[in-house]
Amino acid sequence: MKRKPITRIVLAASLLIAAAPALAASEADFKAAFTAAEAAEQQAGTLRDRWTTTEAALKAAKQAADKGDFEAAVASAKKAEALAKASIFQATSEKDRWRDAVIH
Amino acid sequence: MRAPSFISFTAAALALAAITMAATRAAPAAERTDPAADAKAFRDYFVKKFPKAELDDFVNGPYSMNKDMRKQWEEMEQFPPYEFALDAGKEMFAKPFKNGKTYADCFENGGIGIRQNYPYFDEKEGKVITLELALNRCREDNGEAPLSYTKDEMASLTAYMAYTSRGKPMDIKIPDDPRALAAYENGKRYFYTRRGQLNFSCASCHVQSPGEHLRAETLAPALGILNAMPIYRSQWGGMGTISRRFISCNSQTRAVPLEPQSEEYRDLEYFLSYVSNGLPIAGPGSRP
Repeated sequence: MKRKPITRIVLAASLLIAAAPALAASEADFKAAFTAAEAAEQQAGTLRDRWTTTEAALKAAKQAADKGDFEAAVASAKKAEALAKASIFQATSEKDRWRDAVIH
Repeated sequence: MRAPSFISFTAAALALAAITMAATRAAPAAERTDPAADAKAFRDYFVKKFPKAELDDFVNGPYSMNKDMRKQWEEMEQFPPYEFALDAGKEMFAKPFKNGKTYADCFENGGIGIRQNYPYFDEKEGKVITLELALNRCREDNGEAPLSYTKDEMASLTAYMAYTSRGKPMDIKIPDDPRALAAYENGKRYFYTRRGQLNFSCASCHVQSPGEHLRAETLAPALGILNAMPIYRSQWGGMGTISRRFISCNSQTRAVPLEPQSEEYRDLEYFLSYVSNGLPIAGPGSRP
C-alpha cells in the first residue's frame, strides 16, 4: 500500500516536534516565569491582597525547579502569576465597590 | 491542563462578579462617614433579620439563632471549656513582673472591669489601641518580652479581663478627631472588602449569611461578634484571641492573613466593637 504525501508530512512533523529540544522548558524559562510571578505577587502584597494559593504555587514552582523539573516549575510559576493577577484585579475592583455591600 | 482551566475559571468568576456588581451598583463611590448612623443601621439589620432573637443575645453568636446548639451550649456552660484559661489568666494577671509591678499598674481601675472600653483611639499616637496591644505594651514597658498575639497566654489574660467586665455594655468612643474617624472608616472598609481566592469579605459570612452553615459551622452574626472574645473553639482545641480569629477568617477565604495587630486588624476591631456598642460583654465564650 502506497503512503499518501500528507501522511508522510504529518509523520515527519510529529517526529520533529517530539525531538525538538527547544520545546522542553529550561532553567531560563523557569527564571523568567518565576520573576514575572513574583513581581505580580509583590504588587498584590502592596495592595494587601495576597492569596494563599498564589503562595503555594510559587513554592511548588521553586521546589520543582530545585529538583530540575523545569516543565512543572514553569507551569506552577505561570499558575502563580495568573492567580496573583486575579488578586490584583480583585483588590483594584474592590477599592470602591465594597461600599455597595454596606448596611444602610 | 487542569491548572490553566482552573485559572480561567477563577478569572472568569471574578470578572463575572465584577460585571454583575458594577451593573447593580447603586451607592455613590464616596459617602460621608457617620458611625452613629452605621451602628443604628447595623443593629436594625440584624434585629429585622432575626426577629425572634433578643438584642443582647446576639453576643452569643450561633447560640442566639439555633435552639439545639443553644441547649448544648447551656449545658456546656456548667463546666465551661474556657475555665482553665480563666484561672491561668487570673494568676498571670496578679503575678508581679521582674521589676515588682503587675498588669494592674498599667490600666485604669487596676485593669478590672475595663474590657468594654477597648479598643480605643489614642489621640497622642493617632492610632487604635486594642486590649491585646495594651497588654503587650505593658509587658514591654516593664522589661518583659511580648506575648504571642495568637497563643494561649494572651487569650488567658484577655479572658480574665473580659470576665471582670461581663454584662457591662460595650462602650467604644470615637473622639472628635479626623484620624479616629479615618481609622473607623478603614476598619469598615476592611470588613466589607472581598479578598482571598474565594472572593469573600467578612460581611459575606457575618452579615449576609449568619445562621447559615459553612460546612459544619453555623455562621455568627457580626453584631456583638467580639463581645464574647476571647473564645474557646472546639475546632481549634483551645482558646483564641481576636487576632487569631481574624487570621483564621482570612485563611479560610484563601487570603494571606495580615500580621497580628496590623493597622487594618486594629481598625477592624474598632469598627466591629463600635457598631456593637450597648451590647454586653460576654467573654470569654465558647464556640464549636
